[in-house]
Amino acid sequence: MTYSPHTEADRAHMLEAVGVASVDDLFADIPPAVRAGAWSVPPPLVEQEVRAELARLAGRNRIPEVSFLGAGVYRHLIPSVVGEVIGRPEFATSYTPYQPEVSQGTLQSIYEFQSLICELTGMEVATASHYDGATATAEAALMACRLTRRSRVAVSAGVNPDHRRVLETYCSGPGIEVVTVSIDLAEGGDGTTDPAAVEALGEIACLIAAQPNFYGQLEPMRELADAAHASGAHFVAAVEPTSLAVLEAPGAYGADIVAAEGQPLGIPVSFGGPYVGLMAARMASVRQMPGRLVGATRDVHGRKGYVLTLQAREQHIRREKAASNICTNQALMALAATAYLTAVGPIGLREVAELSAAQARHLAGALESVGLAERRFGGSYLNEVTLRLPDAARRHAALAERGIVAGHVLERGEPELRDTLLLAATELTTDTDIARLVVALEETA
Amino acid sequence: MSYPDDLRYSKEHEWVRVDGSRATIGITSFAADELGDIVFIELPEVGAALSQFGTFGVVESVKAVSDLYAPISGEVVEVNEALRDSPELLNADAFGDGWIAKVELADTAELDGLMDAAAYADETA
Repeated sequence: MTYSPHTEADRAHMLEAVGVASVDDLFADIPPAVRAGAWSVPPPLVEQEVRAELARLAGRNRIPEVSFLGAGVYRHLIPSVVGEVIGRPEFATSYTPYQPEVSQGTLQSIYEFQSLICELTGMEVATASHYDGATATAEAALMACRLTRRSRVAVSAGVNPDHRRVLETYCSGPGIEVVTVSIDLAEGGDGTTDPAAVEALGEIACLIAAQPNFYGQLEPMRELADAAHASGAHFVAAVEPTSLAVLEAPGAYGADIVAAEGQPLGIPVSFGGPYVGLMAARMASVRQMPGRLVGATRDVHGRKGYVLTLQAREQHIRREKAASNICTNQALMALAATAYLTAVGPIGLREVAELSAAQARHLAGALESVGLAERRFGGSYLNEVTLRLPDAARRHAALAERGIVAGHVLERGEPELRDTLLLAATELTTDTDIARLVVALEETA
Repeated sequence: MSYPDDLRYSKEHEWVRVDGSRATIGITSFAADELGDIVFIELPEVGAALSQFGTFGVVESVKAVSDLYAPISGEVVEVNEALRDSPELLNADAFGDGWIAKVELADTAELDGLMDAAAYADETA
Protein backbone atom coordinates (compact mmCIF):
# COMPACT_ATOMS: atom_id res chain seq x y z
CA MET A 1 0.00 0.00 0.00
CA THR A 2 1.33 3.43 -0.91
CA TYR A 3 1.97 5.76 1.98
CA SER A 4 0.78 9.25 1.08
CA PRO A 5 2.14 11.88 3.45
CA HIS A 6 0.88 15.42 3.56
CA THR A 7 2.65 17.66 1.08
CA GLU A 8 4.24 20.96 2.07
CA ALA A 9 1.30 22.65 0.36
CA ASP A 10 -1.18 20.54 2.40
CA ARG A 11 0.58 21.55 5.61
CA ALA A 12 0.73 25.24 4.70
CA HIS A 13 -2.99 25.15 3.90
CA MET A 14 -3.84 23.52 7.27
CA LEU A 15 -1.62 25.89 9.25
CA GLU A 16 -3.27 28.84 7.57
CA ALA A 17 -6.72 27.43 8.35
CA VAL A 18 -5.97 27.18 12.08
CA GLY A 19 -4.10 30.49 12.10
CA VAL A 20 -0.56 29.57 13.12
CA ALA A 21 2.72 30.15 11.29
CA SER A 22 4.45 26.82 11.86
CA VAL A 23 3.95 23.32 13.25
CA ASP A 24 6.12 24.29 16.25
CA ASP A 25 3.58 26.99 17.14
CA LEU A 26 1.04 24.21 17.80
CA PHE A 27 3.20 23.14 20.75
CA ALA A 28 3.52 26.61 22.27
CA ASP A 29 1.63 25.47 25.40
CA ILE A 30 4.20 22.76 26.20
CA PRO A 31 6.85 24.14 28.58
CA PRO A 32 10.29 24.20 26.86
CA ALA A 33 11.81 22.17 29.70
CA VAL A 34 9.77 19.08 28.81
CA ARG A 35 10.12 19.28 25.02
CA ALA A 36 12.03 16.58 23.22
CA GLY A 37 15.05 18.76 22.47
CA ALA A 38 15.61 19.53 26.14
CA TRP A 39 15.76 15.93 27.30
CA SER A 40 18.93 14.52 28.69
CA VAL A 41 18.86 11.05 27.17
CA PRO A 42 21.60 8.54 28.04
CA PRO A 43 23.62 7.02 25.20
CA PRO A 44 22.30 3.93 23.41
CA LEU A 45 22.80 0.55 25.11
CA VAL A 46 23.03 -3.01 23.81
CA GLU A 47 20.33 -5.46 24.93
CA GLN A 48 22.54 -6.95 27.65
CA GLU A 49 23.10 -3.49 29.14
CA VAL A 50 19.40 -2.61 28.91
CA ARG A 51 18.48 -5.76 30.80
CA ALA A 52 21.00 -4.96 33.52
CA GLU A 53 19.78 -1.38 33.83
CA LEU A 54 16.11 -2.41 34.01
CA ALA A 55 16.96 -5.06 36.62
CA ARG A 56 18.75 -2.40 38.66
CA LEU A 57 15.72 -0.08 38.45
CA ALA A 58 13.31 -2.90 39.29
CA GLY A 59 15.47 -3.70 42.33
CA ARG A 60 14.59 -0.28 43.72
CA ASN A 61 10.92 -1.29 44.00
CA ARG A 62 10.10 -2.03 47.59
CA ILE A 63 7.78 -5.03 47.68
CA PRO A 64 6.18 -5.09 51.12
CA GLU A 65 6.27 -8.35 53.03
CA VAL A 66 2.99 -7.49 54.74
CA SER A 67 0.39 -5.01 53.53
CA PHE A 68 -2.82 -3.72 55.04
CA LEU A 69 -3.31 -1.21 52.24
CA GLY A 70 -6.73 -1.12 50.62
CA ALA A 71 -8.33 2.29 50.07
CA GLY A 72 -10.20 1.17 46.97
CA VAL A 73 -7.92 -1.64 45.72
CA TYR A 74 -7.74 -5.05 47.41
CA ARG A 75 -5.31 -7.94 47.29
CA HIS A 76 -7.17 -11.23 46.92
CA LEU A 77 -6.18 -14.72 45.93
CA ILE A 78 -6.38 -15.07 42.15
CA PRO A 79 -6.93 -18.69 41.08
CA SER A 80 -4.42 -19.76 38.40
CA VAL A 81 -7.21 -20.47 35.95
CA VAL A 82 -7.83 -16.71 35.61
CA GLY A 83 -4.40 -16.10 34.07
CA GLU A 84 -4.75 -19.23 31.94
CA VAL A 85 -8.05 -18.06 30.44
CA ILE A 86 -7.09 -14.45 29.76
CA GLY A 87 -3.72 -15.55 28.33
CA ARG A 88 -5.37 -17.47 25.52
CA PRO A 89 -4.55 -15.66 22.24
CA GLU A 90 -8.20 -15.81 21.10
CA PHE A 91 -8.99 -13.47 23.99
CA ALA A 92 -5.67 -11.69 24.58
CA THR A 93 -5.37 -10.36 21.04
CA SER A 94 -8.98 -9.95 19.95
CA TYR A 95 -10.44 -6.61 19.05
CA THR A 96 -13.95 -5.19 19.53
CA PRO A 97 -16.37 -7.88 18.32
CA TYR A 98 -18.21 -5.74 15.77
CA GLN A 99 -18.58 -8.77 13.47
CA PRO A 100 -20.70 -11.34 15.28
CA GLU A 101 -20.10 -13.96 12.58
CA VAL A 102 -16.43 -14.19 13.62
CA SER A 103 -16.63 -13.14 17.28
CA GLN A 104 -19.02 -15.49 19.06
CA GLY A 105 -16.49 -16.51 21.72
CA THR A 106 -15.62 -12.97 22.72
CA LEU A 107 -19.27 -11.91 22.60
CA GLN A 108 -20.37 -14.84 24.74
CA SER A 109 -17.69 -14.07 27.33
CA ILE A 110 -18.90 -10.46 27.57
CA TYR A 111 -22.53 -11.58 27.77
CA GLU A 112 -21.63 -13.91 30.65
CA PHE A 113 -19.71 -11.07 32.33
CA GLN A 114 -22.82 -8.85 32.08
CA SER A 115 -24.99 -11.65 33.45
CA LEU A 116 -22.66 -12.16 36.42
CA ILE A 117 -22.61 -8.44 37.21
CA CYS A 118 -26.42 -8.32 37.05
CA GLU A 119 -26.62 -11.28 39.41
CA LEU A 120 -24.12 -9.74 41.81
CA THR A 121 -25.76 -6.29 41.87
CA GLY A 122 -29.40 -7.32 41.59
CA MET A 123 -29.78 -5.02 38.59
CA GLU A 124 -31.42 -5.68 35.22
CA VAL A 125 -28.71 -4.74 32.72
CA ALA A 126 -24.93 -4.33 32.89
CA THR A 127 -22.53 -2.85 30.37
CA ALA A 128 -19.60 -4.70 28.79
CA SER A 129 -17.36 -2.79 31.29
CA HIS A 130 -15.48 0.50 31.61
CA TYR A 131 -11.89 1.58 32.27
CA ASP A 132 -12.11 1.46 36.05
CA GLY A 133 -14.25 2.29 39.04
CA ALA A 134 -13.59 6.02 38.81
CA THR A 135 -14.71 6.34 35.19
CA ALA A 136 -17.69 4.04 35.75
CA THR A 137 -18.79 6.31 38.61
CA ALA A 138 -18.33 9.44 36.50
CA GLU A 139 -20.23 7.88 33.59
CA ALA A 140 -23.05 6.99 35.99
CA ALA A 141 -23.32 10.66 36.97
CA LEU A 142 -23.45 11.77 33.32
CA MET A 143 -26.06 9.10 32.63
CA ALA A 144 -28.21 10.39 35.51
CA CYS A 145 -27.97 13.90 34.05
CA ARG A 146 -29.23 12.65 30.68
CA LEU A 147 -32.06 10.72 32.31
CA THR A 148 -33.26 13.61 34.49
CA ARG A 149 -32.24 16.47 32.15
CA ARG A 150 -30.63 18.07 35.19
CA SER A 151 -27.08 19.36 35.42
CA ARG A 152 -26.14 19.07 39.07
CA VAL A 153 -24.91 15.92 40.82
CA ALA A 154 -24.34 15.21 44.51
CA VAL A 155 -21.59 12.93 45.72
CA SER A 156 -20.99 11.72 49.24
CA ALA A 157 -17.61 12.57 50.76
CA GLY A 158 -17.51 8.85 51.58
CA VAL A 159 -16.89 8.05 47.89
CA ASN A 160 -13.22 7.30 47.09
CA PRO A 161 -11.49 10.72 46.78
CA ASP A 162 -9.66 9.65 43.60
CA HIS A 163 -12.97 8.68 42.03
CA ARG A 164 -14.44 12.03 43.06
CA ARG A 165 -11.59 13.85 41.32
CA VAL A 166 -12.29 11.94 38.09
CA LEU A 167 -15.98 12.77 38.53
CA GLU A 168 -15.06 16.48 38.79
CA THR A 169 -13.03 16.19 35.58
CA TYR A 170 -15.81 14.44 33.68
CA CYS A 171 -18.37 17.01 34.84
CA SER A 172 -16.22 20.08 34.10
CA GLY A 173 -16.59 19.73 30.31
CA PRO A 174 -20.38 19.62 30.00
CA GLY A 175 -20.80 22.21 32.78
CA ILE A 176 -22.28 19.87 35.38
CA GLU A 177 -22.04 21.14 38.95
CA VAL A 178 -20.74 18.65 41.52
CA VAL A 179 -21.80 19.18 45.12
CA THR A 180 -20.20 17.16 47.90
CA VAL A 181 -22.34 15.85 50.75
CA SER A 182 -20.19 15.76 53.88
CA ILE A 183 -20.02 12.72 56.10
CA ASP A 184 -20.00 12.65 59.87
CA LEU A 185 -16.30 12.86 60.75
CA ALA A 186 -16.92 13.70 64.42
CA GLU A 187 -15.15 11.62 67.08
CA GLY A 188 -17.18 8.50 67.62
CA GLY A 189 -19.61 9.56 64.87
CA ASP A 190 -20.85 7.13 62.27
CA GLY A 191 -18.53 8.23 59.47
CA THR A 192 -21.48 8.00 57.11
CA THR A 193 -23.68 10.18 54.91
CA ASP A 194 -26.78 11.70 56.51
CA PRO A 195 -29.90 10.99 54.42
CA ALA A 196 -31.57 14.06 55.97
CA ALA A 197 -28.92 16.26 54.31
CA VAL A 198 -30.11 15.31 50.81
CA GLU A 199 -33.32 17.33 50.72
CA ALA A 200 -31.47 20.63 51.23
CA LEU A 201 -29.36 19.97 48.12
CA GLY A 202 -32.23 21.11 45.89
CA GLU A 203 -32.50 19.87 42.31
CA ILE A 204 -29.95 17.13 41.67
CA ALA A 205 -29.69 14.51 38.92
CA CYS A 206 -28.28 11.91 41.27
CA LEU A 207 -26.83 11.15 44.65
CA ILE A 208 -23.70 8.98 44.62
CA ALA A 209 -22.82 7.07 47.78
CA ALA A 210 -20.33 4.26 48.39
CA GLN A 211 -20.86 0.91 50.13
CA PRO A 212 -18.69 0.32 52.12
CA ASN A 213 -17.54 3.93 52.02
CA PHE A 214 -13.93 5.03 51.68
CA TYR A 215 -13.46 4.85 55.45
CA GLY A 216 -14.76 1.29 55.55
CA GLN A 217 -18.04 2.34 57.14
CA LEU A 218 -21.37 0.83 56.08
CA GLU A 219 -23.72 3.51 54.74
CA PRO A 220 -27.50 3.57 55.20
CA MET A 221 -27.99 2.87 51.47
CA ARG A 222 -31.74 2.28 51.56
CA GLU A 223 -32.36 5.58 53.36
CA LEU A 224 -30.01 7.40 50.99
CA ALA A 225 -31.82 5.88 47.99
CA ASP A 226 -35.17 6.97 49.40
CA ALA A 227 -33.84 10.49 50.02
CA ALA A 228 -32.50 10.72 46.47
CA HIS A 229 -35.80 9.53 45.02
CA ALA A 230 -37.71 12.07 47.13
CA SER A 231 -35.65 14.75 45.33
CA GLY A 232 -36.53 13.26 41.94
CA ALA A 233 -32.92 12.11 41.62
CA HIS A 234 -31.38 8.79 40.71
CA PHE A 235 -29.41 6.90 43.32
CA VAL A 236 -25.96 5.73 42.24
CA ALA A 237 -24.44 3.01 44.41
CA ALA A 238 -20.63 2.84 44.20
CA VAL A 239 -19.91 -0.60 45.60
CA GLU A 240 -17.04 -2.96 46.32
CA PRO A 241 -17.97 -6.10 44.38
CA THR A 242 -16.87 -8.88 46.75
CA SER A 243 -18.91 -7.21 49.53
CA LEU A 244 -22.06 -7.96 47.51
CA ALA A 245 -21.70 -11.62 48.48
CA VAL A 246 -22.69 -10.67 52.04
CA LEU A 247 -24.37 -7.25 51.81
CA GLU A 248 -27.79 -6.46 50.36
CA ALA A 249 -27.77 -6.14 46.56
CA PRO A 250 -28.07 -2.54 45.29
CA GLY A 251 -31.07 -3.55 43.20
CA ALA A 252 -32.87 -4.51 46.41
CA TYR A 253 -32.34 -1.18 48.19
CA GLY A 254 -33.40 1.04 45.30
CA ALA A 255 -30.19 1.83 43.43
CA ASP A 256 -30.91 3.11 39.92
CA ILE A 257 -27.31 2.79 38.73
CA VAL A 258 -24.47 0.74 40.19
CA ALA A 259 -20.83 1.64 39.54
CA ALA A 260 -17.87 -0.30 40.86
CA GLU A 261 -14.17 -0.90 40.67
CA GLY A 262 -13.96 -4.53 39.55
CA GLN A 263 -10.30 -5.04 40.51
CA PRO A 264 -11.02 -7.27 43.54
CA LEU A 265 -12.50 -9.83 41.12
CA GLY A 266 -9.35 -11.58 39.97
CA ILE A 267 -7.18 -8.62 38.93
CA PRO A 268 -3.81 -8.04 40.63
CA VAL A 269 -3.02 -4.87 42.53
CA SER A 270 -0.79 -2.70 40.35
CA PHE A 271 -0.05 0.98 40.09
CA GLY A 272 -2.09 2.43 37.25
CA GLY A 273 -4.02 -0.73 36.44
CA PRO A 274 -5.28 -2.12 34.16
CA TYR A 275 -8.41 -2.46 36.26
CA VAL A 276 -12.03 -2.71 35.15
CA GLY A 277 -15.11 -0.59 35.77
CA LEU A 278 -18.49 -2.20 36.34
CA MET A 279 -21.81 -0.53 35.61
CA ALA A 280 -25.35 -1.84 35.94
CA ALA A 281 -28.77 -0.19 35.77
CA ARG A 282 -32.46 -0.76 35.26
CA MET A 283 -33.74 -1.75 31.82
CA ALA A 284 -35.87 1.42 31.58
CA SER A 285 -32.61 3.43 31.46
CA VAL A 286 -30.77 1.19 29.00
CA ARG A 287 -30.77 3.70 26.12
CA GLN A 288 -28.85 6.19 28.24
CA MET A 289 -26.21 3.69 29.33
CA PRO A 290 -22.71 4.43 28.03
CA GLY A 291 -20.51 2.00 26.13
CA ARG A 292 -20.97 -1.44 24.73
CA LEU A 293 -23.71 -3.93 25.46
CA VAL A 294 -23.88 -7.51 24.26
CA GLY A 295 -27.27 -9.14 23.74
CA ALA A 296 -28.34 -12.72 23.18
CA THR A 297 -30.40 -13.54 20.11
CA ARG A 298 -31.17 -16.32 17.60
CA ASP A 299 -29.68 -16.63 14.14
CA VAL A 300 -31.66 -17.51 11.00
CA HIS A 301 -31.36 -21.21 11.86
CA GLY A 302 -32.76 -20.66 15.35
CA ARG A 303 -29.41 -21.15 17.07
CA LYS A 304 -28.43 -19.01 20.06
CA GLY A 305 -25.98 -16.25 19.22
CA TYR A 306 -24.58 -13.03 20.63
CA VAL A 307 -24.29 -9.52 19.14
CA LEU A 308 -23.40 -6.01 20.15
CA THR A 309 -26.79 -4.45 20.70
CA LEU A 310 -28.37 -0.99 20.97
CA GLN A 311 -25.35 0.34 19.11
CA ALA A 312 -27.28 3.43 18.04
CA ARG A 313 -26.32 4.92 21.43
CA GLU A 314 -22.64 4.59 20.65
CA GLN A 315 -20.03 6.86 19.19
CA HIS A 316 -19.35 4.90 16.01
CA ILE A 317 -23.02 5.46 15.04
CA ARG A 318 -24.12 8.56 16.87
CA ARG A 319 -20.91 10.56 16.81
CA GLU A 320 -20.97 13.61 19.07
CA LYS A 321 -24.45 12.79 20.37
CA ALA A 322 -23.48 9.34 21.63
CA ALA A 323 -24.28 8.39 25.22
CA SER A 324 -20.52 8.59 25.79
CA ASN A 325 -17.51 9.52 23.70
CA ILE A 326 -15.02 8.86 26.45
CA CYS A 327 -15.38 5.17 27.21
CA THR A 328 -14.63 1.72 25.95
CA ASN A 329 -14.91 -1.72 27.44
CA GLN A 330 -11.96 -3.21 29.28
CA ALA A 331 -12.57 -6.59 27.69
CA LEU A 332 -9.61 -8.61 28.95
CA MET A 333 -9.99 -7.47 32.57
CA ALA A 334 -13.75 -8.08 32.34
CA LEU A 335 -12.86 -11.60 31.21
CA ALA A 336 -10.56 -11.93 34.25
CA ALA A 337 -13.52 -10.99 36.47
CA THR A 338 -15.70 -13.52 34.64
CA ALA A 339 -13.11 -16.28 35.06
CA TYR A 340 -12.63 -15.33 38.72
CA LEU A 341 -16.35 -15.35 39.56
CA THR A 342 -16.79 -18.62 37.70
CA ALA A 343 -13.84 -20.21 39.52
CA VAL A 344 -14.83 -19.15 43.05
CA GLY A 345 -18.59 -19.46 42.51
CA PRO A 346 -21.26 -17.95 44.77
CA ILE A 347 -20.16 -19.88 47.86
CA GLY A 348 -16.49 -19.10 47.29
CA LEU A 349 -17.19 -15.40 46.87
CA ARG A 350 -19.16 -15.43 50.08
CA GLU A 351 -16.23 -17.09 51.84
CA VAL A 352 -13.87 -14.42 50.46
CA ALA A 353 -16.12 -11.66 51.84
CA GLU A 354 -16.65 -13.38 55.18
CA LEU A 355 -12.97 -14.19 55.69
CA SER A 356 -11.99 -10.62 54.78
CA ALA A 357 -14.50 -9.23 57.27
CA ALA A 358 -13.41 -11.69 59.97
CA GLN A 359 -9.73 -10.78 59.52
CA ALA A 360 -10.57 -7.05 59.61
CA ARG A 361 -12.28 -7.66 62.98
CA HIS A 362 -9.32 -9.68 64.20
CA LEU A 363 -6.98 -6.87 63.08
CA ALA A 364 -8.95 -4.11 64.82
CA GLY A 365 -9.40 -6.26 67.92
CA ALA A 366 -5.70 -7.13 68.14
CA LEU A 367 -4.71 -3.45 68.01
CA GLU A 368 -7.43 -2.32 70.41
CA SER A 369 -6.84 -5.04 72.99
CA VAL A 370 -3.25 -3.97 73.60
CA GLY A 371 -4.18 -0.28 73.61
CA LEU A 372 -2.31 0.55 70.38
CA ALA A 373 -5.30 1.95 68.51
CA GLU A 374 -9.02 2.53 68.76
CA ARG A 375 -11.79 2.79 66.22
CA ARG A 376 -12.25 6.35 65.01
CA PHE A 377 -15.93 5.84 64.14
CA GLY A 378 -18.91 4.00 65.56
CA GLY A 379 -21.27 2.18 63.22
CA SER A 380 -20.40 -0.92 61.23
CA TYR A 381 -17.52 -1.86 58.96
CA LEU A 382 -16.73 -4.82 56.76
CA ASN A 383 -13.22 -5.49 55.40
CA GLU A 384 -11.60 -2.15 56.14
CA VAL A 385 -11.45 -0.09 59.31
CA THR A 386 -10.43 3.44 60.32
CA LEU A 387 -8.32 3.41 63.48
CA ARG A 388 -6.91 6.24 65.56
CA LEU A 389 -3.28 5.71 66.38
CA PRO A 390 -1.00 8.32 68.01
CA ASP A 391 1.70 9.66 65.70
CA ALA A 392 0.26 7.64 62.81
CA ALA A 393 2.16 9.23 59.90
CA ARG A 394 5.62 8.79 61.48
CA ARG A 395 4.95 5.21 62.53
CA HIS A 396 3.49 4.35 59.12
CA ALA A 397 6.76 5.53 57.55
CA ALA A 398 8.84 3.60 60.10
CA LEU A 399 6.92 0.40 59.41
CA ALA A 400 7.34 0.83 55.67
CA GLU A 401 11.10 0.65 56.25
CA ARG A 402 10.53 -2.75 57.83
CA GLY A 403 8.49 -4.04 54.90
CA ILE A 404 5.08 -3.50 56.49
CA VAL A 405 2.53 -1.18 54.88
CA ALA A 406 0.25 -0.19 57.74
CA GLY A 407 -2.65 0.82 55.53
CA HIS A 408 -3.37 4.34 54.29
CA VAL A 409 -2.59 7.57 56.20
CA LEU A 410 -5.91 9.39 56.04
CA GLU A 411 -4.69 12.85 57.04
CA ARG A 412 -2.97 13.13 53.64
CA GLY A 413 -6.39 13.56 52.04
CA GLU A 414 -8.53 14.67 54.95
CA PRO A 415 -6.72 16.96 57.43
CA GLU A 416 -9.53 16.52 59.95
CA LEU A 417 -8.57 12.86 60.28
CA ARG A 418 -5.20 13.37 61.97
CA ASP A 419 -3.50 10.32 63.43
CA THR A 420 -5.75 7.82 61.74
CA LEU A 421 -4.96 4.84 59.54
CA LEU A 422 -7.27 3.06 57.13
CA LEU A 423 -6.42 -0.64 57.36
CA ALA A 424 -7.79 -3.36 55.10
CA ALA A 425 -7.83 -7.11 55.47
CA THR A 426 -8.65 -9.85 52.98
CA GLU A 427 -8.58 -13.62 53.01
CA LEU A 428 -4.83 -13.29 52.29
CA THR A 429 -4.25 -11.46 55.59
CA THR A 430 -2.85 -14.04 57.99
CA ASP A 431 -2.89 -14.06 61.78
CA THR A 432 0.92 -13.90 61.57
CA ASP A 433 0.68 -10.70 59.47
CA ILE A 434 -1.50 -9.15 62.17
CA ALA A 435 0.88 -10.26 64.94
CA ARG A 436 3.82 -8.71 63.05
CA LEU A 437 1.92 -5.44 62.71
CA VAL A 438 1.18 -5.36 66.45
CA VAL A 439 4.84 -6.01 67.36
CA ALA A 440 6.15 -3.45 64.86
CA LEU A 441 3.73 -0.77 66.10
CA GLU A 442 4.68 -1.48 69.73
CA GLU A 443 8.34 -1.07 68.83
CA THR A 444 7.72 2.31 67.19
CA ALA A 445 5.54 3.72 69.98
CA MET B 1 -45.31 11.49 -4.05
CA SER B 2 -48.08 13.67 -2.68
CA TYR B 3 -48.63 14.84 0.88
CA PRO B 4 -51.73 15.95 2.83
CA ASP B 5 -52.80 19.45 1.75
CA ASP B 6 -53.92 20.56 5.21
CA LEU B 7 -50.41 20.37 6.74
CA ARG B 8 -47.31 22.57 6.75
CA TYR B 9 -43.87 21.01 6.34
CA SER B 10 -40.32 21.78 7.48
CA LYS B 11 -37.04 21.09 5.68
CA GLU B 12 -36.21 18.71 8.53
CA HIS B 13 -39.21 16.56 7.48
CA GLU B 14 -41.63 17.39 10.29
CA TRP B 15 -45.25 18.31 9.73
CA VAL B 16 -47.68 20.62 11.57
CA ARG B 17 -51.46 20.42 11.67
CA VAL B 18 -52.96 23.62 13.11
CA ASP B 19 -56.25 23.57 15.01
CA GLY B 20 -56.96 27.01 16.51
CA SER B 21 -54.18 27.90 18.92
CA ARG B 22 -52.93 24.33 19.01
CA ALA B 23 -50.94 22.27 16.59
CA THR B 24 -50.18 18.60 16.20
CA ILE B 25 -46.67 17.72 15.04
CA GLY B 26 -45.03 14.63 13.63
CA ILE B 27 -42.51 13.36 11.11
CA THR B 28 -43.41 12.91 7.46
CA SER B 29 -43.92 9.57 5.69
CA PHE B 30 -40.85 10.48 3.63
CA ALA B 31 -38.73 10.73 6.81
CA ALA B 32 -40.15 7.51 8.21
CA ASP B 33 -39.43 5.65 4.96
CA GLU B 34 -35.89 7.00 4.82
CA LEU B 35 -35.22 5.97 8.44
CA GLY B 36 -36.51 2.43 7.94
CA ASP B 37 -38.14 0.43 10.70
CA ILE B 38 -38.41 2.70 13.71
CA VAL B 39 -37.76 0.88 16.98
CA PHE B 40 -37.72 3.65 19.59
CA ILE B 41 -38.76 7.23 20.10
CA GLU B 42 -37.76 9.54 22.91
CA LEU B 43 -40.76 11.81 23.37
CA PRO B 44 -40.65 15.34 24.82
CA GLU B 45 -42.11 15.92 28.26
CA VAL B 46 -45.51 17.53 28.65
CA GLY B 47 -44.84 21.14 29.61
CA ALA B 48 -41.57 21.33 27.67
CA ALA B 49 -41.05 24.53 25.69
CA LEU B 50 -40.18 23.88 22.06
CA SER B 51 -38.41 26.46 19.93
CA GLN B 52 -38.75 26.39 16.17
CA PHE B 53 -36.09 24.22 14.53
CA GLY B 54 -34.67 23.25 17.94
CA THR B 55 -34.37 19.57 18.93
CA PHE B 56 -37.19 18.07 20.98
CA GLY B 57 -36.68 14.33 20.89
CA VAL B 58 -34.92 11.42 19.27
CA VAL B 59 -36.07 8.75 16.88
CA GLU B 60 -34.15 5.51 16.48
CA SER B 61 -34.52 3.08 13.59
CA VAL B 62 -32.71 -0.15 12.86
CA LYS B 63 -30.12 1.81 10.90
CA ALA B 64 -29.89 5.30 12.36
CA VAL B 65 -30.66 7.64 15.21
CA SER B 66 -31.95 11.11 14.39
CA ASP B 67 -32.95 14.14 16.36
CA LEU B 68 -36.45 15.51 16.03
CA TYR B 69 -36.57 19.22 15.16
CA ALA B 70 -39.61 21.22 16.23
CA PRO B 71 -41.33 22.74 13.19
CA ILE B 72 -42.87 25.47 15.39
CA SER B 73 -42.37 27.00 18.85
CA GLY B 74 -44.73 26.34 21.74
CA GLU B 75 -45.46 24.40 24.88
CA VAL B 76 -46.07 20.66 24.70
CA VAL B 77 -49.55 19.88 26.04
CA GLU B 78 -49.83 16.23 25.06
CA VAL B 79 -47.59 13.47 23.69
CA ASN B 80 -48.58 10.33 21.81
CA GLU B 81 -48.09 7.75 24.57
CA ALA B 82 -48.95 4.94 22.14
CA LEU B 83 -45.58 5.46 20.44
CA ARG B 84 -43.69 4.30 23.53
CA ASP B 85 -44.82 0.73 23.00
CA SER B 86 -45.62 0.96 19.29
CA PRO B 87 -43.01 3.15 17.59
CA GLU B 88 -43.85 1.33 14.35
CA LEU B 89 -46.92 3.63 14.11
CA LEU B 90 -44.48 6.23 12.78
CA ASN B 91 -43.83 3.99 9.76
CA ALA B 92 -47.40 2.76 9.39
CA ASP B 93 -49.29 6.05 9.66
CA ALA B 94 -46.93 9.03 9.91
CA PHE B 95 -49.63 11.65 9.36
CA GLY B 96 -52.28 9.98 11.52
CA ASP B 97 -51.80 7.55 14.42
CA GLY B 98 -48.07 8.28 14.29
CA TRP B 99 -48.45 11.90 15.49
CA ILE B 100 -45.84 12.80 18.10
CA ALA B 101 -47.00 15.77 20.17
CA LYS B 102 -49.61 18.51 20.54
CA VAL B 103 -48.35 21.99 21.14
CA GLU B 104 -49.86 25.29 22.30
CA LEU B 105 -48.58 27.60 19.56
CA ALA B 106 -46.31 30.45 20.64
CA ASP B 107 -46.30 32.37 17.34
CA THR B 108 -48.56 31.53 14.39
CA ALA B 109 -46.39 33.73 12.16
CA GLU B 110 -43.77 30.98 12.24
CA LEU B 111 -46.06 28.89 10.03
CA ASP B 112 -45.30 31.23 7.15
CA GLY B 113 -41.75 29.96 7.13
CA LEU B 114 -42.90 26.38 6.46
CA MET B 115 -43.73 24.69 3.17
CA ASP B 116 -47.10 23.65 1.80
CA ALA B 117 -47.69 20.13 0.44
CA ALA B 118 -46.69 20.98 -3.12
CA ALA B 119 -43.45 22.68 -2.05
CA TYR B 120 -42.60 19.76 0.23
CA ALA B 121 -43.27 17.32 -2.61
CA ASP B 122 -40.79 19.27 -4.74
CA GLU B 123 -38.31 19.29 -1.84
CA THR B 124 -38.39 15.51 -1.54
CA ALA B 125 -38.67 14.71 -5.23
